[in-house]
Amino acid sequence: MIDAIFPNVDMDSMWTATYETLYMTVISVIGTFILGILLGLVLFLTTRGNLWQNIYLNSVTAILVNVFRAIPFIILILLLFPFTDFLVGTIRGPNAALPALIIGAAPFYARLVEIALKEVDKGVVEAAKAMGAKSRTIIFKVLLPESMPALISGITVTAIALVSYTAMAGVIGAGGLGDLAYMQGFQRRDFDVVLLSTIFIVVIVFIFQFLGDWISKTIDKR
Amino acid sequence: MLSIKGLSKQFKLKHQNVMAVDDVSIDINKGEIYGVIGYSGAGKSTFVRLINRLEDPSSGEVLLNGQDLTKLKQGKLRQERQKIGMIFQHFNLLWSRTVYENIAFPLEIAGTPKQEREDKVNELIDLVGLKGREKSYPSQLSGGQKQRVGIARALANDPGVLLCDEATSALDPETTDDILDLLVDINEKLQLTIILITHEMHVIQKICHRVAVMEQGKVVEQGDVLDVFVKPQAKTTKRFVQQLSPLEHQREHLEQFLNGRDDSQVLKLHFIGGHAKKALISELSKKLDIEVNILQGSISPTQEGAYGTLYVEVNGAPDLIEQAVEYAKGSGVEVEVLKHD
Repeated sequence: MIDAIFPNVDMDSMWTATYETLYMTVISVIGTFILGILLGLVLFLTTRGNLWQNIYLNSVTAILVNVFRAIPFIILILLLFPFTDFLVGTIRGPNAALPALIIGAAPFYARLVEIALKEVDKGVVEAAKAMGAKSRTIIFKVLLPESMPALISGITVTAIALVSYTAMAGVIGAGGLGDLAYMQGFQRRDFDVVLLSTIFIVVIVFIFQFLGDWISKTIDKR
Repeated sequence: MLSIKGLSKQFKLKHQNVMAVDDVSIDINKGEIYGVIGYSGAGKSTFVRLINRLEDPSSGEVLLNGQDLTKLKQGKLRQERQKIGMIFQHFNLLWSRTVYENIAFPLEIAGTPKQEREDKVNELIDLVGLKGREKSYPSQLSGGQKQRVGIARALANDPGVLLCDEATSALDPETTDDILDLLVDINEKLQLTIILITHEMHVIQKICHRVAVMEQGKVVEQGDVLDVFVKPQAKTTKRFVQQLSPLEHQREHLEQFLNGRDDSQVLKLHFIGGHAKKALISELSKKLDIEVNILQGSISPTQEGAYGTLYVEVNGAPDLIEQAVEYAKGSGVEVEVLKHD
């Protein structure tokens, strides 16, 4: 049946590509989650009147975040080639895409983290201070748990952007469904490959969205 | 026990400097419930935050058991804060934690071992009457229950002082009374010193021993609740006292009795504590040849005893009326002769 509709599709390479896309997305989501929260915390905590009030550090971080958010992803990959080569030892394959994916997505997520942290009730932070809590306690036991549903929604949005990024990275040799669609589907005019790759990507996006919504809803006790 | 000396806080804004708290000095005894009342913007919330240094004071001292909190370094301050409980108008509970976990939070901060923590939390849940709700999240609780969690949380590290920042202002009148009863209960059980900030006079009336009235950052009047109630000096205090006695608003109803004749006077009598129970009126009309006509009256219970207000019209010879006034004063009742405005 599949052979009839998609005559040129080789299911083995389809599954390999799907695995590569999932691999790139999952690892880069984890990396983005960690780096984004770190950057978001710095952005939030160094603002005026906050725990680590530091206008200098705040401006530097904000500029860095804005610059990296401004660079189109496809150009960022090219710019990062030397860095990737140094870090991963190659500029081809799924692993080589990871630095660019994380550096491209983390600043975007950092802004979402900052917004999520701003939404945390100031009174709760004040209550924790009144109890004698250290900054570390306030961050890990108040700010992050209290903003967790928003942090999860934010990483869901970012994860979906990352799926698109992996497709773009594929075009310059990272592998995955984007690579397959471009190399086999577009270059060889096997249009059914493009179609099936698209379907697979859409399904992956739906699964991420569903998972994100479900987790966010489950942990939200408000 | 808690001695506040010349405490001030200045906020520097763009165009002007604002003295939110201006040279406030108050001494609070151990086991006392001390009320601070003021309208919004009077600086009372800032004042209470200066005590545990959620705001750093511009000048002045906060001596808690002889130790000046304003001189403490951050690390030492955090330790001292564990011994100063605080509850808030909007409860400020962590919504991501259950009732049990919220109450356990200050114990986690203090580094209490797990087993001890469990015992303490369960004890507190009993104390504030939340048994069976341990696993509920704050969003599943009513306002009164949330404040009970707030109180339990504030008591977790056995504080010597409890700061209450408008703790009942977001609650309905009935729940307010429940929470105030709970505060009196723990004040007596634990010998806990309570500092209570409010804009509602009945809160002061119901549970405070002493009160300070704040206006524009300054304490304009302080003293025993009963004294302040009966003889309010400052204008703000008078307005607050009027909130409580509905009779004050009806003073115009008395106008028709104020006829300016000297054989008929309207007296306002204040009965305080034990005197409130005396049968003064019947004594007066028996002993002197006068007629006493009761116009209106009210009685209010306070932490220090009841106090009542009675308006009467006295008809008789001018000298007899004067005697009646003297007699009433002699029996320990405050008397005020009302005049035409």
